[in-house]
Amino acid sequence: MAAVKINEIHKNDLPWIIEYDESKCIQCGKCVAACSFNAIRPAVELRKSNSITNKGKAERVLVIKQNLSLDNYCRGCGMCANVCPNGAIKAVRNNDDRYSVVYRAVKADSFKKGGRSNLNTEGRTLDKIKIGRISQMTDPSLDAQRHTFELKTPFGRVLKADKLNFDVKDGNIIETTQLPPNRWIYPVIFGDMSIGAVSWRMWEAMAIATAYLNEVMGIPIRMCTGEGGIPTKLLKSRYVKYMILQIASGHFGWNRIIKAMPDMTEDPAGILIKIGQGAKPGDGGLLLASKVARYVQEIRGVPKADLLSPPTHQGLYSIEESVQKMFLSMNAAFNFRVPVAIKVAASVTSVSVYNNLLRDPYNIVGGFFLDGLAAGTGAAHEISLNHTGHPITSKLRDCYLAAVHQGRQGEIPLFAGGGLGQSGSFAADAFKLICLGANGVFTGRMLMEIAGCVGSDTGKCNACNTGLCPAGIAAQNDNLVKRLDVDKVAQNLVNYILATDIELKKLMAPIGCSTLPIGRSDALITVDKHISNRLDIQYGC
Amino acid sequence: MCRIGAIKSKRKLHPSIALKLMRSQQEGHDDSGFAFVMQDMGGLFENYKDLPLLSMAAAVEGTRLAEDILRETGFSRVMQWSPDINNKKGLKIEAMPNYMFEALQYPKSYKHATKEEKEELLIDTAIRLRKTLEETNSGFIYSFWPDTLTLKEIGSPRDIGTYFNLWEGNKDLTASIITAQCRQNTNYDIVRYAAHPFFLEGYTGLVNGENTFYEKNREYQESLYKGYIGFESDSQCILYTLHYINKILKWPLKYFKHTVTPLSYDEIIQREDSEILLRIKASLANLEINGPNTFLAVTPDKELLCVCDSKKLRPVVIGKDDDTVIMTSEVAGINDLMPDRDITKDIYPNEHETVVVKDDLTIERWQQ
Repeated sequence: MAAVKINEIHKNDLPWIIEYDESKCIQCGKCVAACSFNAIRPAVELRKSNSITNKGKAERVLVIKQNLSLDNYCRGCGMCANVCPNGAIKAVRNNDDRYSVVYRAVKADSFKKGGRSNLNTEGRTLDKIKIGRISQMTDPSLDAQRHTFELKTPFGRVLKADKLNFDVKDGNIIETTQLPPNRWIYPVIFGDMSIGAVSWRMWEAMAIATAYLNEVMGIPIRMCTGEGGIPTKLLKSRYVKYMILQIASGHFGWNRIIKAMPDMTEDPAGILIKIGQGAKPGDGGLLLASKVARYVQEIRGVPKADLLSPPTHQGLYSIEESVQKMFLSMNAAFNFRVPVAIKVAASVTSVSVYNNLLRDPYNIVGGFFLDGLAAGTGAAHEISLNHTGHPITSKLRDCYLAAVHQGRQGEIPLFAGGGLGQSGSFAADAFKLICLGANGVFTGRMLMEIAGCVGSDTGKCNACNTGLCPAGIAAQNDNLVKRLDVDKVAQNLVNYILATDIELKKLMAPIGCSTLPIGRSDALITVDKHISNRLDIQYGC
Repeated sequence: MCRIGAIKSKRKLHPSIALKLMRSQQEGHDDSGFAFVMQDMGGLFENYKDLPLLSMAAAVEGTRLAEDILRETGFSRVMQWSPDINNKKGLKIEAMPNYMFEALQYPKSYKHATKEEKEELLIDTAIRLRKTLEETNSGFIYSFWPDTLTLKEIGSPRDIGTYFNLWEGNKDLTASIITAQCRQNTNYDIVRYAAHPFFLEGYTGLVNGENTFYEKNREYQESLYKGYIGFESDSQCILYTLHYINKILKWPLKYFKHTVTPLSYDEIIQREDSEILLRIKASLANLEINGPNTFLAVTPDKELLCVCDSKKLRPVVIGKDDDTVIMTSEVAGINDLMPDRDITKDIYPNEHETVVVKDDLTIERWQQ
């Protein structure tokens, strides 16, 4: 019996196996150069020759081999196949891999990965919901091309009409008190990926697209910075009015923001206090040292080390106190002119938090961002990514109906995110969530896909945490980042939003809505009885 | 499609005029019903203007239950009137056993009560009556308010007119304001409460249209005020919004249009009052209406009101002669009643317009 060494790493242990056809290979080396994971290498094989002159003799053949390593393993990103001129190499999924077992057994550590949860066993709720109430006959459909539509939603605290303290003078209403800041924005927010989590080229492309959509296309979209600061030049420019500044438990980047405040010429679009995120609820942000590039260090004011945002905001221990302290300081920072919102992971407890915020007599919270289970992330422990969290749809609905129960729907605008566009139609997902009660939606992962992310929900690539993103989107290595064309990505983002705008109108028109159908769950049906019961929408079969 | 009509006159008019107004618009009829509300009463009710007038249709049991509640609350009957019934064979009508219209004196304890306290008593009593009649399935209460009479019935408008002897005018049953519609709201069950015009505390509303924001409106209104009940029709919501803006919030009428069909953000920011309008747009977003609608209303100040949806998807025309103004869906109706008016002065309101007929019949047109 040949000696088999079971306890070493084998090809079959790994999630992807390189298939290589030596007869097509011209040994150009492009595949090896393209592989950011160092998962393949050039190697020499000793063979018995078949040639007429050397038949039967040993000869050395240059080949491409897969590295058998728990660190440098193939993620299936497919860059090798993309660059190979002859189609000589590709990664093939290994359905019987043992990677997750072997990694933990060898490393005694929790397996970290990036990108997304790969355990979508339950099917998508949003795909089982259809827009089933079509306006016809006496209640006509609108014409998506011909009629005018308004796709804008309030962002900031909305007061009930009898709390506006309006006075009437000479037949006109006049304001008598200062009211909480409130802005009207597009119902899609680019959110919230930090400089560091994504490359500077990706972040810049998003910022360019945001400015272009606002200034040229008249679409008042907003972008959230993520917790990683914002370039000082942008802070001092007029374009900051399109940016929502994020503060999270690590407070990364806020030193620079505070220093720049005296020189700012415009208020930011808002402040988003991140308490939690859907992909890894209960866990803080995680930027591995490998991604802390020199400029990331500068913007954040940190050494090159793993950057962990604590799971909680330190020193805060109750909804009322924590929220009030943070919100008041953030509100005060911009003299109560800027909406301050909160982002939490969708959770069984989300409604309690939302109820508390709604009842807060000081009206300090201007938005509730609810992040669902299927959200993407730069980096997380696989166990968190795959096994913690709450789907967005039912929790968004719970929050909306809790507000309805109090007669306070719309007072703290709800924004929903987490896995939108996962099955191909971002606009449809956004529309359905709006009908279920969201004022708007936010998306990060979709933007990465638009930019050219090669990952998938079934385990392809998902290496955003490593800094070795083969698309240069989540990379911090100069050579990799250069793969991304800033202008093209910005153009693709703009185009995608323009397409989304058309598609949203194509859904508003048949239900006879010329303004956003926030809370119009009567427009929805579902083909699943359980979803019908849970979301209180009509069952159709 | 529904046809609606509102008439305001310096004279006291009999409801026959409403039937005649709607007759030439009968393409919109479907034999589902006829209803009208009379305000600023004349005739038999002329001398009881300050007293609450109960309009109800009930079975014997319902009549007794209502009488009990009224007596128990302290109301005492001052005057009662029942329509002459022509119960000839073959009429298409689902008549109720009793139709009661009675003026009542307030309870003695309300002798020195304020107007607000009296109004509170009326709405509370009306809600209680309705609840009791609903629980026992024994009748319908349409209005309980001074100087207001309501009749609603299911069937052919022509036959309902015959049944109540409404085709021939007389001086007993008259009012200076009459609003009417010749069909039920057929989107939902045919129930008497779903018939326009709707009435709440001096405000009357009737709609030709579909309010696609019905669910949003209803979910919000259910907790806004105790009188916002029923919701048998998506159009009731629009009346409740008028009531909320004008009576509860005490805002001038012009802000009603800014609430139900707010201007777009881009239009608002061009205006001097943009701060106010944006606040209204955000705070009352749940009271916006969408879909095609023409809304006619009567206010407690005896003014008529007309607004349309933001895309002007439903018809309405306003005609006037020396002593009467008519708002209705089709000009044919006005032509029948006012053939000699100056038609060049007819008003076809636009999507941004609020048309108000003041008590002295002057017409104001406000652009949003």
